[in-house]
Amino acid sequence: MTDRAVSQHDAPAEETVEFTLDGRPASARPGELLIAAAERAGVYIPRFCYHPRMEPVGMCRMCLVEVSGPRGATLQPACFIPVEAGSEVVTNSDKVKKAQDGVLEFLLVNHPLDCPVCDKGGECPLQDQTLAYGPGESRFVEEKRHFEKPIALSDLVLLDRERCIQCARCTRFQDEIAGEAQIDFASRGERVEVASFPTQPFSSYFSGNTVQICPVGALTATPYRFTARPWDLDQVESTCTTCAFGCRAAVQSSANRLTRLLGIDSEPVNHGWLCDKGRYAFEAVNGDEVAAGPAEDDAQPVTLGSGRRRGQFAGEVAETASQVGRVTDPMLRDGDRHRRVGWTEALSEAAARLAAVREAHGPEAIAFIGGGRLTNEGAYAWTKLAKGVLGTDSVDAQIGDGLPAELVLSLPRATIDEACSARLVVLLSADVREELPVLFLRLRRSILDKRTTLLELTPRSTSLTPYAKVSLTVRPGDAPLVARAIAGEHAALPAHPMGPSFAPERLEGARNLAADVGDGAGVVVLYSRPSMAEHASVPAAAVAALGAAWPEARFLPLVRRGNVHGALDMGMAPGILPGRTSLEQGQRWFTEHWGSVPSRRGRDATEVFRSLTEREDDATRAVVLLGCDPLEDFPDRTLAKRALEAAEVVISVAGHPGPSLDLADVVLPVAVAHERPGTTTNIEGRVTRLGQKLAPPGLAWPDWSIASALSDELGYDLALGTPSEIAEEIERVAPAYRGFAPGFLDQVSGHDGIVVPLGAAHAPAVRPIDPMATPGVESVERQGAPPRVGLTDAVSRELLATLHPEEGVEGTPARLRRVGPSPVSTPQPDHYSLRLVATRRLYDRGASMEASPSLARLVGPAVALANPSDLARLGIGPGEPVRISSPRGQVTLAAEGDPGVPKGVLVIDFNLSEPDGATNAAAMLIDASAVVNDVRLETL
Amino acid sequence: MAVSMPTKIVTARLEHADSHTLERYLATGGYDGLRKALGMTPAEVAAEVDAASLLGRGGAGFPAGRKWSMLKKDPLTYLVVNGDESEPATFKDHLLIERDPHQILEGVIISAYALQVTQAFVYIRGEFALGLERMEEAVNDAYRQHALGSDIFGSGFSLDVVVHPGAGAYICGEETALLESLEGKRGFPRIKPPYFPAVIGLYGQPTVVNNVETMANIPWIVLHGGAAFAAMGEGRSTGTRLFALSGHVNRPGPYEVQMVKTTFRDLIYAPELGGGVREGRDLKAFIPGGVSSPWFGPGQVDLPLGQDEVAQEGSMLGSGSVVVMDSSTCVVRAAWRITKFFFRESCGQCTPCREGSGWLERILYRIEHGGGREQDLDLLMDVCDNISPGVHWPPQQTTICVLGPSIPPSIAAGLKMFRDEFLVHIKDGGCPFD
Amino acid sequence: MSHFSAAMAARARQLVALYPEPRSALLPLCHLAQEQDGWLRPEAMEEIAELVGVTAAEVRGTATFYDMLHTEPVGRYVVAVCTNIACILSGGAEMLEHAERRLRVRVGSTTEDGLFTLEESECLADCDFPPCVQVNHRFVRTTTPELFDRLIDELAAGGHAEDIPPHGTLVRVRRSGGLRVDRADIARERAAAEERSS
Ligand SMILES: Cc1cc2nc3c(=O)[nH]c(=O)nc-3n(C[C@H](O)[C@H](O)[C@H](O)COP(=O)(O)O)c2cc1C
Ligand code: SF4
Ligand code: FES
Repeated sequence: MTDRAVSQHDAPAEETVEFTLDGRPASARPGELLIAAAERAGVYIPRFCYHPRMEPVGMCRMCLVEVSGPRGATLQPACFIPVEAGSEVVTNSDKVKKAQDGVLEFLLVNHPLDCPVCDKGGECPLQDQTLAYGPGESRFVEEKRHFEKPIALSDLVLLDRERCIQCARCTRFQDEIAGEAQIDFASRGERVEVASFPTQPFSSYFSGNTVQICPVGALTATPYRFTARPWDLDQVESTCTTCAFGCRAAVQSSANRLTRLLGIDSEPVNHGWLCDKGRYAFEAVNGDEVAAGPAEDDAQPVTLGSGRRRGQFAGEVAETASQVGRVTDPMLRDGDRHRRVGWTEALSEAAARLAAVREAHGPEAIAFIGGGRLTNEGAYAWTKLAKGVLGTDSVDAQIGDGLPAELVLSLPRATIDEACSARLVVLLSADVREELPVLFLRLRRSILDKRTTLLELTPRSTSLTPYAKVSLTVRPGDAPLVARAIAGEHAALPAHPMGPSFAPERLEGARNLAADVGDGAGVVVLYSRPSMAEHASVPAAAVAALGAAWPEARFLPLVRRGNVHGALDMGMAPGILPGRTSLEQGQRWFTEHWGSVPSRRGRDATEVFRSLTEREDDATRAVVLLGCDPLEDFPDRTLAKRALEAAEVVISVAGHPGPSLDLADVVLPVAVAHERPGTTTNIEGRVTRLGQKLAPPGLAWPDWSIASALSDELGYDLALGTPSEIAEEIERVAPAYRGFAPGFLDQVSGHDGIVVPLGAAHAPAVRPIDPMATPGVESVERQGAPPRVGLTDAVSRELLATLHPEEGVEGTPARLRRVGPSPVSTPQPDHYSLRLVATRRLYDRGASMEASPSLARLVGPAVALANPSDLARLGIGPGEPVRISSPRGQVTLAAEGDPGVPKGVLVIDFNLSEPDGATNAAAMLIDASAVVNDVRLETL
Repeated sequence: MAVSMPTKIVTARLEHADSHTLERYLATGGYDGLRKALGMTPAEVAAEVDAASLLGRGGAGFPAGRKWSMLKKDPLTYLVVNGDESEPATFKDHLLIERDPHQILEGVIISAYALQVTQAFVYIRGEFALGLERMEEAVNDAYRQHALGSDIFGSGFSLDVVVHPGAGAYICGEETALLESLEGKRGFPRIKPPYFPAVIGLYGQPTVVNNVETMANIPWIVLHGGAAFAAMGEGRSTGTRLFALSGHVNRPGPYEVQMVKTTFRDLIYAPELGGGVREGRDLKAFIPGGVSSPWFGPGQVDLPLGQDEVAQEGSMLGSGSVVVMDSSTCVVRAAWRITKFFFRESCGQCTPCREGSGWLERILYRIEHGGGREQDLDLLMDVCDNISPGVHWPPQQTTICVLGPSIPPSIAAGLKMFRDEFLVHIKDGGCPFD
Repeated sequence: MSHFSAAMAARARQLVALYPEPRSALLPLCHLAQEQDGWLRPEAMEEIAELVGVTAAEVRGTATFYDMLHTEPVGRYVVAVCTNIACILSGGAEMLEHAERRLRVRVGSTTEDGLFTLEESECLADCDFPPCVQVNHRFVRTTTPELFDRLIDELAAGGHAEDIPPHGTLVRVRRSGGLRVDRADIARERAAAEERSS
């Protein structure tokens, strides 16, 4: 109800319901809840259970107000009843005050009042509202209800039942928003308690939200517990870049250590929610004891001789890589050890090596891989250095795990809101919940609220499958044909010895949905790289086919890594220049601004690695790793390893240690998320602010300064001093960012950011938000504790006016031309193999998980999933270990049957390890150049 | 004392030991009402019920005919029968379910026909194991003889009835909690507005909820006409009603008597009814309509058993249970025990009821057991006031359902009528009746 | 692997089919599980969750709202003594104390031999036979301590097999079939009736 009510707010509200509020005339939107209407009119009604993003339950009774009705004025819950035309509402009568006072006294009857030892003390809505509306002292002299003090609902969430006020916010969140009611009320009356099922922990990816919205200290998060008191906290508003969805967050710290992230309610993006990975990955920034992962099997552990924990003095240096939380000092390789050096020495060494390679082999011998963890400003600076100064176009922010940049940047982009209200959403992706978790929350709610309809083409059934109108499981290589079949071409579907991967009626259903959409107006296609074991050209062809069939459709790329969209927008892909233009189209313009641009198209990550191993004449010889670790992230580990070993020069700009770092000749320590200001761009092209909360550890520098200093060392002044200078240059030279005044984001009402390229930016309506969700600290400007009214701030018209793109600046390059469909040919499957699918898991062995102790322990081992009939056919029992081999390599994993996996397919989640190894099991099997990868299974 | 023993309507068959069987039911005019109804139009059947002025027997006393007319038109509607009977000292539905299940079922089928609902559910308190068995048997019998299923008695009307067992929670007698429970959830009452069952009921569809005894009256009304029913009783309180009499009387039991024409005195003292207060003691107080109702004293014993008559005196007939307390009764203990009941049965949704019931219970326990303080009496009243502002009748409430405002009446009545007894407890540091 | 036996599983499916929405079968299924196991085992709750399409936490959360559903083992006989208003006026509290002494357990616990669990109950709607006692939800009308003791002796000796089944078996009469009326027919029928009346 609330969500729907909210969506109506977007439309210009012509209709209003007039009523009287405390004797003054007021107006509400049709169907609007009294509590919300009052709030917009400036009257804050106290509450506990009400949350504007969830169905009201009217349970706590804190919001009782007097409402006139047929039987005179009665006390009614303002959170539950819609405003009736002509009704008279009184929120401040003696009767109302007595009721509020009474409810608070009742709430405290069984409350332990252990505020001094409670995490919530100092930022507690129960404390605050008791002060504002409650009784002076309790008249309760009886024995209170007792429960065992906190019980662990999961590794991350503790529950103190004595403090619980039974508001059902947590249980409703899990049921309504997350869609997995792993906690529920148990028992009755005074004994009502929140409980998980004894044999099933509360393992939701979204559990942290329940802690955030709990209005008391009943739910606490183990990573934050007892780390700080609210009054010691300091915070900035920022954007989570754990994935590319762009959730807005308040980042809090105490004593130069991050302590907590809280979701901020951003109407266009995250609605206040965060996933647990985003919420707790800050631990990696602090760089405390890293969960010691199993040692690399084939690489000698290299003694880095560097690295300190945050707050550690230079003297107390950790000894080995596995103990090091963060890369804190520049280092040079010295035999098979690294030696700490100063920046001067490191930079001059790096510059000398790059210059030498360029001298000997030309600029194209240098490649830059990675960039998804940079700020937009950093990405721009590095692109300018690579493409403008060094002259190489071999720059790739994607590490072979994404999609062709031309496709992503050229398709007409949909916003997240458009996707969530599209007449039809077509999803060509793996499981959204595993990749962009909060997008899953948004889509699920939209489907349930009947605001959109989902057609899904996925390699296996997903978390959204139960909500999809039609769901098709598509085998690797088949997506283009299936897409064309849906769009109306009566092309034959690929034959497969195991039969079709979905029931024929489903295709019929999909076709019927497609038949209704005509030219695709109102359709949004969400697409990503569904499997690392399938070449990017396959999904690209499928997307292009839908684009050709539906010229009016819009597209939302679900490429997920951190700020990869910002990096692509800044030109970090071969053939691309900043602002979504091509090398060709932007040549004149950028030559003018930068002095020069590469003369020819460079290599992408896969081509770079192949080139490094093949050592042709014009091969790549030097590689700069920009905050990435190909040995972990690249789909084809064999290739990545050979390539890095073969490289003449490896320079690593790194915040965290990892296997690739050991192979680096020069290590340059970089500031990571929350340690530098800047901006980021999410999947829809929304640019938002990144707040700096901490000073980087040790000698680490922000990403753009390293590019700048390295450029200086190479004898060229990038002229990019501060982030705001860079932002100004981006605005000036990057076509898609034209007109985007960086100061916009610093305004309170600019915190939701703005989608580039600037179009008809509309001001979202003011809506009530949950004032209890970002408790305590006043400095998150837009949200505060009661009695402050919890309203979102609308982007003011004046502010929007500052954004109007100055059209037609002479010589501005055109944006990328739309990519058409290109054929891919998939080899025939054979009877004895299974086609490999490597999908992403939210909890994988990526750097942010591994370096966050609270999260690292949640990562499970890789499992091989196949359709039960395939396992039966191959004589493999459930749970039995199997040897899986491909031409690339082999791994041993437990096999499990899963009816959601189509026949003829084997699913191994990407970046999970063999039970007894540290390797990314799937990456051991994948040949990155192959269209599809087939594997064989044998029992041991 | 002249008690006019009325025509028996719902208990007529109970003189037979096998009253629950189909054979006995058919032998005593069973299903004749249904046959007759099926020959009428649904609207005609409803009109008879309306003319009967049959007040709901579940507690609120809302006229069944009016309730039926409020059912929102919809292709999908339900009839739900409330057999959860858990109001303390109420045991009339228990009798009807166990001893004459067919009569209820026939009422259900006729009502379903009149309402044209798509399915009917009979929700029976889980603790009535025997009653559940008998009702299930009756349903099987009814299907077998085509009183249920497709094309009932060749009329073209079809209906399925499902008997649904409760599982032990008083609040599930509240109609919206009952619907939640029937939907497989905990019995959390829904908020009215907007969740009036007639508009948004079971599975969100319009639903009529009626009490078991209400249903049991339907066959008779259809057979004899609404006017014949209305001719009994007086004013709005027509027909007979089955009262459950308990406590300190010589002959506790369920008694079907004409409404209004019978008084509390008749019920308690008539030899063929209650037979007088036990051991010849004096009447101290009595609860006129279940423990949610304010108590009456000896001065009100001549009130007629009529809905409006009792309401005018500041209480209610409620669920039709009358509890007699003689002079040996400790009022504090009685009030404490009733409060303890509400404390144990509060669903836990609303803060005032969840926390207030326990607080009140603890205070009363303390007073009864010698720990009372003088200020406790005002505190009791103020806590009551925070649950039910004004503590008057009919009550106001700070809660979702009326379980909350059902808590104060016993305490308020006890304090009003027997304040001294509370004070003696406090002064003596214990219970004078022990 | 089903936790329900084959016969129970078949009944479970029948129960689910009686309702417009599967979740409605949750309480009947909990009773069914108690009939099989005597109490509501976690495995049963997990299976019920699957049958009706909710989480196990929701099954447990819902079941624990209801007094008759036991998520901990109970005795073969659950003895409930009412102490509510009508019964307390007629010796209910004394009967409960007597029962504690006779069974040598506190309210809420089970005798060592696993035979009896004693509960204090709210009004059981049999107030004309106070104090009211139920065993496994059968009214036993043992209104005096002597009658109570005799019943306990008989039960301990294996008596009353006919009238008092072990705890969990609530209804021994089975519904003789599922729904008989085609849901589509109903809609048609009601629409036709609607038309006739208007
Ligand atoms: C706390 C509470 C408990 C109730 N318990 C019962 C009950 O056990 N049986 C019943 O028929 N009605 C009970 N009612 C009344 C029902 O809500 C509802 O009014 C009644 O079932 C309607 O049937 P009627 O119109 O035929 O009386 C209860 C109401 C409340 C507030
Ligand atoms: S744990 Fe917190 S959010 Fe959940 S019901 Fe209790 S008080 Fe509300
Ligand atoms: S009842 Fe309205 S906020 Fe809780």
